[in-house]
Amino acid sequence: MQLNLSVYRYNPDVDDAPRMQDYQLEVAEGQDMMVLDALIALKEKDPTLSFRRSCREGVCGSDGVNMNGKNGLACITPISALKGSKIVVRPLPGLPVVRDLVTDMTQFYTQYEKIKPFLINDDKQPPSREFLQSPEEREKLDGLYECILCACCSSSCPSFWWNPDKFIGPAGLLHAYRFLADSRDTATDERLNGLDDAFSVFRCHGIMNCVSVCPKGLNPTKAIGHIKSMLLKRAV
Amino acid sequence: MVTGQASLKRNGVQDYVTTRATALIMTAFSLFMGWYFIATPDITYAIWNNLFSGLAMKVFTFVTLVSIMFHIRIGMWQVLTDYVKAPGLRAFIQFVINLTAFVYVVVGLFVLWGV
Repeated sequence: MQLNLSVYRYNPDVDDAPRMQDYQLEVAEGQDMMVLDALIALKEKDPTLSFRRSCREGVCGSDGVNMNGKNGLACITPISALKGSKIVVRPLPGLPVVRDLVTDMTQFYTQYEKIKPFLINDDKQPPSREFLQSPEEREKLDGLYECILCACCSSSCPSFWWNPDKFIGPAGLLHAYRFLADSRDTATDERLNGLDDAFSVFRCHGIMNCVSVCPKGLNPTKAIGHIKSMLLKRAV
Repeated sequence: MVTGQASLKRNGVQDYVTTRATALIMTAFSLFMGWYFIATPDITYAIWNNLFSGLAMKVFTFVTLVSIMFHIRIGMWQVLTDYVKAPGLRAFIQFVINLTAFVYVVVGLFVLWGV
């Protein structure tokens, strides 16, 4: 069986403009594989092809790419799940391309840093061993802490494409709510102050592209809704 | 609210609440007008004139026009900051759009006044 792939190629040192390159891959009849396996096989044929990958099991978030128009992790997306006679692989949209499928994620991480992604606790006497939470308090973090920062969501969000310097983006806001919802965190007001402007949170118009592409099945739109509610309650 | 709307610096929470509140008013007006057109088989000038002669309808229409103005002001600022990156051009387009929306309110006020 022949597998047809079209892969985005761009080497700024050599190429004037990006181009799509067609590849054919021979696979056993009926055999399924992940898109990352196909890319690795292509790289054996053409060592100039560049992409990121590490854990190859959907945990590290390195190989976020756009496959047939939808963002996802190449390592956990089976070829059989992609419709059409050709598999089109492009880098994550909206982010500057370093080379081929490798993007510059500086803007993404800059927004992530803004939300102070660490526990802040100003209690004078921290517990000597550990911060205990009730099962109910811990449950509030489910669906939030699992984010692996692959950037599939933020790079599928038009608001992030147009304002990557001002809008935090779905991944950053999911993490922001993860700390706002944490019973051990005491910096709620400080965190909300940092988000209380016209761009950081409110540029989310709830189109839910982020929910549609999240490879971990998370719901950033819901978390953003909670942050909006917290900001509203503070204002009224 | 007035100070906030008049200032150039936008406030996320206030914009969020204002767009939703004005959307509710515009929806109510649209539903009312839709129902009126369906429920009234023959709309003559006299019937149309009579509809807008009541104070409640004048207020409802005027509030809707003002809502449209606020909704346009916030919504178009959001759209323009997305798609028009040159500050001068964006300011000019915003000026034209906001002025047009304001003209609609003023003209609407005079039309309602005359009924």
